[in-house]
Amino acid sequence: MAWTGNVMRVNLTTGEISTEALNKQWAQEYLGQRGLATKYLYEEIDPKIDALSPENKLIMVTGPLTGTMASTGGRYSVVTKSPLTGAVACSNSGGFIGAELKMAGWDMIIFEGRSPTPVYLHIENERAELLPADDLWGKSVWDTDEELHRRYQDPLLRISCVGRSAEQGNLYAGVINDLHRAAGRSGVGTVMASKHLKAVACRGTKGVGNLKDPMRFLQATEQAKKVLADNAVTGQGLPQYGTQVLMNVINEIGALPTHNMQEVQFEGANKISGEAMHEPRPTDHQPNLTTNAACFGCTIACGRISTMDKGHFTIENKPKYWGASGGLEYEAAWALGTDTGVDDLEALTYANYLCNEDGFDPITFGSTVAAAMELYETGVITDKDTGGIELKFGSARALAQCAELTAKGEGFGKILGLGSKRLCEKYGHPELSMTVKGQEFPAYDPRGIQGMGLAYATSNRGACHLRGYTVASEVLGIPEKTDPLVTDGKPELVKAFQDATAAVDSSGLCVFTTFAWTLDDIAPQLDAACEGDWTADKLLEVGERIWNLERDFNLRAGLTGKDDTLPKRLRKDAAKTGPAKGMVNELDKMLPHYYEIRGWTPQGELTDDTRRRLGL
Amino acid sequence: MLRALQLEPAKCTGCQQCELACSYENEGVFNPSKSRIKVFTFHHEGRFAPYTCTQCDEAWCMHACPVEAITLNAATGAKEVSEADCVGCKVCTIACPFGTVNYNHDTGKVMKCDLCGGDPWCAKACPTGAITYVDMDNAGFERMRAWAQQSPQGPATYNAPRPKDVATFTRAN
Repeated sequence: MAWTGNVMRVNLTTGEISTEALNKQWAQEYLGQRGLATKYLYEEIDPKIDALSPENKLIMVTGPLTGTMASTGGRYSVVTKSPLTGAVACSNSGGFIGAELKMAGWDMIIFEGRSPTPVYLHIENERAELLPADDLWGKSVWDTDEELHRRYQDPLLRISCVGRSAEQGNLYAGVINDLHRAAGRSGVGTVMASKHLKAVACRGTKGVGNLKDPMRFLQATEQAKKVLADNAVTGQGLPQYGTQVLMNVINEIGALPTHNMQEVQFEGANKISGEAMHEPRPTDHQPNLTTNAACFGCTIACGRISTMDKGHFTIENKPKYWGASGGLEYEAAWALGTDTGVDDLEALTYANYLCNEDGFDPITFGSTVAAAMELYETGVITDKDTGGIELKFGSARALAQCAELTAKGEGFGKILGLGSKRLCEKYGHPELSMTVKGQEFPAYDPRGIQGMGLAYATSNRGACHLRGYTVASEVLGIPEKTDPLVTDGKPELVKAFQDATAAVDSSGLCVFTTFAWTLDDIAPQLDAACEGDWTADKLLEVGERIWNLERDFNLRAGLTGKDDTLPKRLRKDAAKTGPAKGMVNELDKMLPHYYEIRGWTPQGELTDDTRRRLGL
Repeated sequence: MLRALQLEPAKCTGCQQCELACSYENEGVFNPSKSRIKVFTFHHEGRFAPYTCTQCDEAWCMHACPVEAITLNAATGAKEVSEADCVGCKVCTIACPFGTVNYNHDTGKVMKCDLCGGDPWCAKACPTGAITYVDMDNAGFERMRAWAQQSPQGPATYNAPRPKDVATFTRAN
């Protein structure tokens, strides 16, 4: 119940599509979405394989609450082994296709092998068909979406697809759905393209029902929606400013990394903030922000829909970009803007459009451009390497050029498409790559928010804010305030956030609800919908099990405790301004205790006791 | 007093809670494809608009029905489809100028908004007030008030009554 019980298996090598029953026991142990698909991946592939080989699998997966009336109940995830990090990848997206897959009757789709020629999967309820995509190959996400809608003459068809960046081997390509929602990180789109799978187009009209206790479910979800509405962050801040509400806040506390994380405060922050998106432009007197928008079933509606200034240099004579489209979220605005020193809101919006249009992760892209800018300014690379792009910090023109080349995988964009780790290694300066396990940092400097340093270092998918968002506690005081500048208590805090988040990511709900919800708000919704007893304690246990399973996958893939680290810059070069002035991230003070409370060895390996306790 | 659904597209975020509520109340399943209210997305302009039956007084659908399966509920003003009588001829779907009566191939009958018997779930589920259930004869009051509030001295204050804290969803069946 709540689960449909149906798994679709698509062998791309042979073109065979089969159906099997969901493993119900695993659903009790791993809930759904992130946890459940990771379990399938863990059981079905050798973690040592090349992520871009046919032996890798790619799983699109919904959660038990996906497609229900629970607020934000529209999430799905794409789970695979990452080509960027070599670790497990799980990228989560909203929009509408997650619910559509569920409405069509599917908990998950497992893609195996590699098609000899480009194909797409068309799903209409129980009917699924692989069709030739030779004519779609080489098209952007937006053009692919338009063509499939034209072909089926169905505006309600929901589409996930990869763009040209993925086809060209960009290592951080995402799977984009509904034009501008993204399973964005770790190169899950690269894996999809490596299988010659261009798109999944789905129409589901069966609906989601069959809940354990429908009346209790309606009451629980209604109560929980009220908590979201009454909360200052989810009820006001996010709808009004989106995640961009954070830009000025994080700048003020001195944790907004800029210029490839050389500094921790950005003087242009207020020009690219959520507030700035509301300000009428001097040129055309219109604001950048057109409206906020919701994903399926979401009562928060933090999504940004922007309309650019038609006269801006990036889109003059390009009517394609004159309409409204997916605008800047905080992480994208940070990476594309703050980290590169570019304070031109319109240019950032343009770069963000291109990330959507051709499906590549704006966080990794922006950070990679920032690293390239530092290489350029220190003379390590020159115009000869960049193909003539004057790659200076703060240059909106350079950012736009880089985005255009990276979208198509051309020229210097081909190298930018490898991510900052490979870029900096190529030019002999690996220390300038701001990554953990090969994945770039998001928008919170761990010198000014100590717990985030530990969260980044130990994240199972490389640097990521969504694996343990201690910013909530350390900056916003959710669920209670802790001092961002101290390390005491942070291992416990990080572990609690990581475990809880793993459970939320497995439910079908959005992690942004946890600005207002605790597991005590989420458990009653799950318990009313799903077979079994779902308490907050059980969810924490499930979350911990998922965390350890991901860890085990990574260890078997060849990663070790030595990979739980931060770039030297964050451990040795002190913050120069703001409240954290003079401080570095003190990871060494936190990591050993973190391993201890995780039940791992001092080398960061799972002990037999831990395996037994969690049933691994 | 008779009430009507008031739709304000500018407040809509496109979340489809209304469609989920409508389909659940009517079909017992969360299924936007079976919803009587639809949210339309106009991507190029960044606009969302909910749309459903306006319950015409001289209802074309009702007059067109050859078997009198569509009747007036005098208590709510809704034009309701009797599934027992409907023969699935679809003439009403042609007659309706607004497209708000539609065929359901699973049942072989047509479906349209019946105001949930006077307690419409879409309005209860809408998180932004884009769908409200208001006094039918005064549906323009809020817009009138917005203009009336304006004055050379600046807008006057008006504290709108808060909606019920928690809507109650109860199903008869």
